[in-house]
Amino acid sequence: MDFGFNQEQEMLRATARKFFENECPSTFVRKMMDDPAGVTPDFWQKLAEQGWLGLIYPEAFGGVGLGFVDLTVLMEEMGRAVMPGPYFSTVLLGGLAIQEAGSESQKKEWLTKISGGAAKVTLALTEPNARWDAAGVTLQAREARGGFTLSGTKLFVHDAHTADALVVAARTANAASPEDGVSLFLVPKDARGLEVKLLPTMDQTRKLCEVTLKDVSVGADALVGEKGKGWQPLARVVDRAAVALCAEMCGGAQKILDMTTEYAKIRIAFGKPIGAYQGVKHRAADMLVDVENAKSITYYAAWAVDEQVAEAPLAASMAKAYVSDAYRKVAAAGIQLHGGIGFTWEHDLHLYFKRAKGSEFTFGDATYHRERVAQLINL
Amino acid sequence: MDFRLTPEQESFRNEVRAWVKQNLPKEWTARVISGPDVPRVEAYKFLREWQKRLFDAGFIGLTWPKEYGGRGLTFLEEFILHEEMALAKAPPVLNILGIAMAGPTIIAYGTEEQKKRYLSKILSCEEIWCQGYSEPNAGSDLASLQCRAVRDGDHFVVNGQKVWTSIAQAADWMMLLARTDPDASKHKGITYFLLDMHSPGVSVRPLRQITGDAEFNEVFFENVRVPVENVLGGVNKGWEVGITTLMYERLALGFGLQVRLRIALDALVGLAQRTKTNGDVASKDPIVRQKLAQLWIDTEAFKYTGARAITKLLKGEMPGAEASTGKIWWCETHQRLQDIAMELQGPYHQLMAGTDRAVDQGLWQYTYLRSRANSVEGGTTEIQKNIIGERVLGLPKG
Repeated sequence: MDFGFNQEQEMLRATARKFFENECPSTFVRKMMDDPAGVTPDFWQKLAEQGWLGLIYPEAFGGVGLGFVDLTVLMEEMGRAVMPGPYFSTVLLGGLAIQEAGSESQKKEWLTKISGGAAKVTLALTEPNARWDAAGVTLQAREARGGFTLSGTKLFVHDAHTADALVVAARTANAASPEDGVSLFLVPKDARGLEVKLLPTMDQTRKLCEVTLKDVSVGADALVGEKGKGWQPLARVVDRAAVALCAEMCGGAQKILDMTTEYAKIRIAFGKPIGAYQGVKHRAADMLVDVENAKSITYYAAWAVDEQVAEAPLAASMAKAYVSDAYRKVAAAGIQLHGGIGFTWEHDLHLYFKRAKGSEFTFGDATYHRERVAQLINL
Repeated sequence: MDFRLTPEQESFRNEVRAWVKQNLPKEWTARVISGPDVPRVEAYKFLREWQKRLFDAGFIGLTWPKEYGGRGLTFLEEFILHEEMALAKAPPVLNILGIAMAGPTIIAYGTEEQKKRYLSKILSCEEIWCQGYSEPNAGSDLASLQCRAVRDGDHFVVNGQKVWTSIAQAADWMMLLARTDPDASKHKGITYFLLDMHSPGVSVRPLRQITGDAEFNEVFFENVRVPVENVLGGVNKGWEVGITTLMYERLALGFGLQVRLRIALDALVGLAQRTKTNGDVASKDPIVRQKLAQLWIDTEAFKYTGARAITKLLKGEMPGAEASTGKIWWCETHQRLQDIAMELQGPYHQLMAGTDRAVDQGLWQYTYLRSRANSVEGGTTEIQKNIIGERVLGLPKG
């Protein structure tokens, strides 16, 4: 039993921190907030060169073949930098869905392209009903002329506007259990009848889209995995992506704590640094408790999903519940302890505060995951 | 990062599991349906025997050196042991202050004679230890303590008072901090003594607590003679001796806390599953489910944060931020757990032991009241937050 990071992982952390300090300072983040694409080709290519786009994919498909614990380290550093762009949607959503459910040839084609920076793929899962469970998938896919015709609306789709293809979760059958009859389709961005609309979002570093499919025809080869059996791999993707998101959130929360502690040491009020006052000191201590617990429970979840232990779904939900609340609370405390300056557009705190809020509801907030924990512990 | 046990660790776990299965006292498990805190005075005799059995089986002092009665194992085995104890709902260890504080301090600072004299009797529970730190005017501000020890030949003569001294009424020895140089600055003139509680001039007066039970005490010293060889770590070095082992202690105490929290949580889940509210069991109520799930998550977070600290220690590093948060988190979680236990009982929560109408023989009422002390004893939450703010985050002193 060992509950720490190894030397390679510590090295990855150091490399990533330096990389993001150089390549992704907040001036860059802010530029990308205003840029509809949210990323530059140059930055994306650099991520590919670092091997990070294929970090968790098998070497046979152009990846590095590392695990989720390694990814946790990288995601923490990305969160620390509030990195913009479609990394999460491509590597953890679209790509992971293909890895979990796709055929050998689909994996070969798409994971290789993703790893090399040549393609971006997102996952179109949620709909206007805003549900995270299988019952939320209502977009219809009808069999027609040896292929399928897809009709319906997907909402809150990450980075669909810059993706080369979308993995779309659709309903091919209405069975007794909503988990049966869900199928996944790989739909290219230029498919006829596919319309993508970029939505204005509170967190401008994360781009969300509405995707409308009007009688979009795809061939039988667009099916990712088995017809009607798409939910199981999808559930694994969602658990894994949620854990990766938790890691990113931990990194952001730690950064806020660092910024706040530094500020409390230099900001003078009533003749003393404000950090000397218990009103400030104790709140900073509360932030630390939240950050450390968030990390602990996320690291455990990363190990659990990596090893696919039976407890993995429970571990993922425990982490998402805890970290969703913790990041929001830490970000709010960061603003409070900074005072007025923390409320300005100029200060970077709001980038984290908004990322915390968006991440909180992605894949379900704490309330959703606490209920899932209750079910998984047979309450 | 790997949570799997090695074959050696697995065989250790099996050894513990098999032993506990054979030896867990049935009369105890019937009593702890509401968590491991029973009124302690009535349990002392029983708990002394339980610890002796654990010691004889080799499950006390896992990390202590073999020559002093330990097993020379690591905190990982300690972690595994406590997981098993939690699963089995085993009774707590009575001489916890000896095991978590006095013993490690003696190992770190004691002479060979002191180690030989005291250590194994701590483990076997032949000698129970209490902690003589707090005084009426020195609690959180411990270094203000006034209890005096004056040199007289080959003895020190102690006069003064200690307070909130848990288990003093049953203790054979005390870790005593007393002022030996009143002219030195307040941290410099303190000495750490190993004091025989049976010495003439020591009197113990139990203090009745809000539980109605007397678990802690006032201890008075009137010309108590302590031999010079009972100084630990040098005259006027007591502050350093008293606080150096804090990190170790926090971890060691943390193991016990984790067990208690897990047992109490399992008991609470059981309570929710058999308590009817509005016609259905409480565990089906969506709000109750939210609260129980959060407790579950918080209990797990406490465990994994502890596991991170252990890993660092085993790699030869000092545990960092993660080790400092445990006490605060535990108090917060345990007190919330006890609040929820009361809430689940509705109007029944008012009934104490002594009526058939009381839920679980009124034990929850005891644990609810007892839990208020959690955020005061062993360093208040406010002091813990100062420590985190100053020593971990590096914020300036107030």
